Amino acid sequence: MRTAVPEFPEARLRELADRYAAAVAAKRRRIWLGCALLVAAAIAAGWMGDVNFGSFVENFWRFPAYFVSIAPKFSFATAWVDLSDWLWGLPRWTRLLGDTLLIAYMGTLTGALCGFALCFLASANLVKSRTTVFVTRRVLEFCRTVPEIVFALIFVLAFGLGPLPGVLAIAIHTAGALGKQFAEVVENIDSKPIEGVAASGGNWLQIVRFGALPQVISNFVSYALLRFEINVRGAAVMGFVGAGGIGQDLIEAVRKFYYSDVSAILLLIVVTVMLIDFVTERVRHRLLGLEDSAR
Amino acid sequence: MNSFDFDNRAGIAQRYPEVFRPDWWHRAGIAIGIGSAIALFLYGIVQLDIPFHRLSDGLNRLGEFVRLMVPPNPGSWAEVLKYLHALGETVSIAFLGTLGGALLALPVSLLAARNVVANRIVHVLTRRSLDTIRGVDTLIWALIWVGVVGLGPFAGMLAVICSDFGTFGKLFSEAIEVADKNPAEGVRSSGGNHLHSVRFGLLPQVFPVLLSQVLYYFESNTRSATIIGIVGAGGIGLQLAEQIRVLEWQKVSFLILLILITVSAIDWMSGKLRFAIIGKRAIA
Repeated sequence: MRTAVPEFPEARLRELADRYAAAVAAKRRRIWLGCALLVAAAIAAGWMGDVNFGSFVENFWRFPAYFVSIAPKFSFATAWVDLSDWLWGLPRWTRLLGDTLLIAYMGTLTGALCGFALCFLASANLVKSRTTVFVTRRVLEFCRTVPEIVFALIFVLAFGLGPLPGVLAIAIHTAGALGKQFAEVVENIDSKPIEGVAASGGNWLQIVRFGALPQVISNFVSYALLRFEINVRGAAVMGFVGAGGIGQDLIEAVRKFYYSDVSAILLLIVVTVMLIDFVTERVRHRLLGLEDSAR
Repeated sequence: MNSFDFDNRAGIAQRYPEVFRPDWWHRAGIAIGIGSAIALFLYGIVQLDIPFHRLSDGLNRLGEFVRLMVPPNPGSWAEVLKYLHALGETVSIAFLGTLGGALLALPVSLLAARNVVANRIVHVLTRRSLDTIRGVDTLIWALIWVGVVGLGPFAGMLAVICSDFGTFGKLFSEAIEVADKNPAEGVRSSGGNHLHSVRFGLLPQVFPVLLSQVLYYFESNTRSATIIGIVGAGGIGLQLAEQIRVLEWQKVSFLILLILITVSAIDWMSGKLRFAIIGKRAIA
C-alpha cells in the first residue's frame, strides 16, 4: 500500500525550500534592522540625555543608601516609642491626605461633568456639524496634553496658594481625558435607539437622554472611577508647586533631609493609593459585570 | 391599520403595567448616590476652605495672563536653541525611560504571571512590590533620583524607568496571563522544557501586544517627562517652570506650543507603528 503523502519532484522541492529560506531571511533582516534602529536611537537619546554610566555606577550605592537612611530606626526594646516617634505627624498627615483625596475627588467630579457635557458634542454620530466635532476635540486635546501640574503652576499665580488651583488643574485635565474616552464610548454605541428616538420626533437633547445615555452610563462611571484613581496620584504631588495636599509636606521633608518623615509620608501615600486602587477596581468590575449581565 | 391609540394612555398602562410603574427602589438608589456625591463635594468646599471670593479675581488675572501670552514669542534664536535642546532631553528621557522600564519589566512580569510561575508566593510577592513601585508618582521618583545622581536629565530617565517598571510589570503579566495556552502545551508535548514553552509557545503570542503597550506608554511618558523638570530632573519642564516663575508669559506659551506639537507628533508616529505591528483591529 502506498502512502498518500504527496511527493514533489526534487527541483520543485528545492524551489519551495529556497523560497521559505528567503522569506525567513527577509523577516530576520527586518527584525535586525529594527533592532539596529532601536540601538541607534537609544545611543542618540543617551547622548542627548547626558547618560553617564560612570557616575551612575559610582553613585548607585546612594540609591539603596537613601532608602536605608530614610528607613525608621527601630529597636525591639523601644519599638512602641520608636513607632510613635516615626509617625509623630500622623494627625497632620492624615488630614493632609484627606485633603489630597478631596482635591482628587472634587477635581474628578468637576472634570467628569465637563467631560460629560462636551463628549456628546465631540461624537461624530450625534452631531451633524463637522466643525463642532472638530473644535470640541481640539479643545479636549489641549486640556489633556498640557500636564496638570503646569496648569497648577499657572493657577497658583492666579488664585494664590492652596487647594483651589489643585482642584481646578485636575478638573481641566480630567475634562480633557474623560471627554475623549467618553466620546469614544458614545461613537461605539448601537445607533438603533438613537434612530428610534429621532423617528418618534425627539429633539437632540431627548436623543442624547433616551437614545445614547442608557447605553453608555455604566462605562462612563467606570472610566470616571479609573480617572479618580489616577488623580489621587496626581493630587499627591500637587503640593510640590503649592497647590495643596500632602505633596507640600513631602517635598519639604525631602529638601530639608527629614529622612524619617520622608519614609512615613511615602508609606502613607502608597498605602492610600493602593487602598483606592483596590476599592475602585472592585466597584468597576461590578459595574462592568452588571453591564454584561444586562446584555 | 389599528396600531396604538396614544390618547388612550390609561388603557396602555393597564396592558403593560411594568413599563409604567415607577421603580421606586431604583430611583431612591440613584437619588441617594447623587445626593451623597453632592454632599461630599460641599464637604470638600468647607474642608479645603475654597476661597470663592478669590475666584473672580483669579479669573480676571488668568484672563490677563492669557492676553499676555499671545503671541507666543521665545525671545531670541539663542533661546529657541536652548528650548529645542531641552525638548530633545525630554524626548530622550521618555524614550530611554520607557525602553529601560520595559526591559526590566519583561523578566519580572514572567515571574508575576500565574501561567508561567506556578508558585503562588512568588507571584503574590512580585505583584505587591510592583504595586508599591507603581503607587509612587514619577515626580516623587524624580525627587529621589535627583538626590542620588544629581540634577539633570539622567535623574529624570531613572525616575521614568522606575515608575514604568511598576506599570509594565503589571500590564505585561496581565497580557501574559490571558494568552492562549495551547501553543505552550504543544511545545511541551513535543518535548520542550518549561523555558522552551515560554520562549516558543508564549512569547511570540504576547510580544506584539507588549510592544504596542510600550509604544502607548512612550506617548504618555513624553507627557510626564515634560514636567519632571519641575523638581530639577531635566528637560523642558525646567525651562517651563522657570519662565512661569519669572512671569515671561510669551515664552511660556511658546514652550506649551512646543510641547503640544511634540506630543501630537509622537502620538501620530507611535499610532502608525502600533497599527503596523498588530493591525488596526486588535487595538480597537
